[in-house]
Amino acid sequence: MKARVTVTLKPGILDPQGKAIEGALKALGVDGVASVRQGKVFDIELSDTDKARAEAALKAAADKLLANTVIENYRVELL
Amino acid sequence: MKSAVLVFPGINRERDMARALRLASGHEPAMIWHAETALPKATDLVVVPGGFSYGDYLRCGAIAARSPVMDAVRAFAADGGLVLGVCNGFQILCESGLLPGVLMRNAKLKFICHDVHLRVERSDTPFTRGYNAGQVIRVPVAHGEGNYEADEETLKRLEGEGRVLYRYCAPDGAIDEGANVNGAAHSIAGIVNERGNVLGMMPHPENHVEDIMGCTDGRGLFAGLVAHLERAA
Repeated sequence: MKARVTVTLKPGILDPQGKAIEGALKALGVDGVASVRQGKVFDIELSDTDKARAEAALKAAADKLLANTVIENYRVELL
Repeated sequence: MKSAVLVFPGINRERDMARALRLASGHEPAMIWHAETALPKATDLVVVPGGFSYGDYLRCGAIAARSPVMDAVRAFAADGGLVLGVCNGFQILCESGLLPGVLMRNAKLKFICHDVHLRVERSDTPFTRGYNAGQVIRVPVAHGEGNYEADEETLKRLEGEGRVLYRYCAPDGAIDEGANVNGAAHSIAGIVNERGNVLGMMPHPENHVEDIMGCTDGRGLFAGLVAHLERAA
């Protein structure tokens, strides 16, 4: 089973990397960019085929390691 | 003072730290590999040194914070043992939950590597008793992610409980945004946990301990720890 965990900065957390990318996009003349926030995507393959167990494992992975929940939110998707 | 220096893959300041500890205490520190599950008996101080553990993959300190040895460090700290984390060590202590908050990318995005001035906020702790309250010391920083951030409530608690021990300052001790090299909240360079036995700081006191280094302002931190432990013994 394939899954994706997306980790994003919580609203209000300063993201200097996103700001730099935003500036570069504007400098490149890409129109209509209001703001950029940078995050991370983890594509994970699971040996388990049980959906509930897989979701629980992914949630544990995100809570324990993939995200720092002080500053980040995460979203788990089974693909 | 019997100290233990943790060694993770990608750490590169462990020998500087060991040298500073040896100079201050006269004892050779134990070097403890991250896969160990126990600390040497009668350890007085655990030091998490600086560097780039696991290449800063995922988040600085995130993977090191989950290594087997950190369970032993958590138990040691819960028992009242002294823990010092410098630079990547500070990041590892935050990631491991031993200290609150997080070290974000420097506000100006640049890796900074130069001397800074720090104001020692109080002298009545094991980590600062080698200095006077309000004293300004000069030590180097070398980091890309040293911008300390925490939620408003945590910051309020840190300030209210006097847990900010070191703050970036101008040479005369003034706290201003110009001296705040990485944009840290409240110019925070170093904090302790609630119990006061775990310190995390971004600057490197271990790199200013000998005349040949051009400055010995970092000595006070180590001398203070030795004095504290001698008095406790």
